[in-house]
Amino acid sequence: MIPTLSHYLAVAAILFALGLFTVLTRRNAVAVLMGVELMLNASNVNLVAFNKFLVGGLTGQTFALFVVVLAAAEAAVGLAIVLSIFHTFKTIDVRAADLMRE
Amino acid sequence: MRTKKKLIAWTLGSAAVVGAVGVLSARLSPALAAGGTRPMAGPFTLADGVFYAVAALTVGGAAAVALSRNILYSALGLLAALLGVAGLYVFLSADFVAVAQVFIYIGGVLVLILFAVMLTNRIGEVNISNASLGWASGGILSALMLGLILVVAFEIPWAVRSTGGSPTTAPIGHALLQQWLLPFELASLILLATLIGAIIIARKEIRAE
Repeated sequence: MIPTLSHYLAVAAILFALGLFTVLTRRNAVAVLMGVELMLNASNVNLVAFNKFLVGGLTGQTFALFVVVLAAAEAAVGLAIVLSIFHTFKTIDVRAADLMRE
Repeated sequence: MRTKKKLIAWTLGSAAVVGAVGVLSARLSPALAAGGTRPMAGPFTLADGVFYAVAALTVGGAAAVALSRNILYSALGLLAALLGVAGLYVFLSADFVAVAQVFIYIGGVLVLILFAVMLTNRIGEVNISNASLGWASGGILSALMLGLILVVAFEIPWAVRSTGGSPTTAPIGHALLQQWLLPFELASLILLATLIGAIIIARKEIRAE
């Protein structure tokens, strides 16, 4: 079978579902961020695949690049917040961090 | 009994979410499917085998992220998943996006995540224990979502156009500095704000007594 659009969409769907599962079940804040990265990657695969198979041109790829940039920014700020939470609460369990101060 | 009630609530909530998305996509699908044909089955070539290997790498890495109990193994699984996604971009003839994926995700984001893992996890503490309810509710919502997207992916006869693969770096550069100049500059502004914000949030506060 030649890989068609549906194959790429299927891979992205599995990636998205696993990312969603990670975000829903993990209590470690860093792992939750990893799940978010997985979901962003799944959406990026969809963008590039639709761009190639349905639309043509470069709009989808450019959009995927912007998503990558924003994901990098999100990871940097998110991990800084995780470090700050760790300094404050001595844990990164997402259930423990329910205050914005000590 | 409380867990049972929670489980039922999760199931109903997940079904509601998936149903809403399903109705929306059913509304959209006739417009998307105009003039599409079902793909033909062809002979199995080496390129197809490489595609399935890359897809397996991606899915396996993502499964390691989701299911591994050790956060360090999760980070390594994320490495495999990101590499696999870069391979998928190559298959989609998006060379610049693939290289950017390797540079930014594997060179930047993954190293950040590894730093965060090692700075915040006490060595020897492998305590990411999940209650079984968390697994059940998360699994229900994820599985329903996966089934819905797979149905959409395989049942809609997409109107596929064949587009040739050509180098994309120069056209993307032109597009970024002509058509997408404002978003490009906004992205640089966001990165600057992120840089300053991350430093301010993560630094240790020294109070003047």
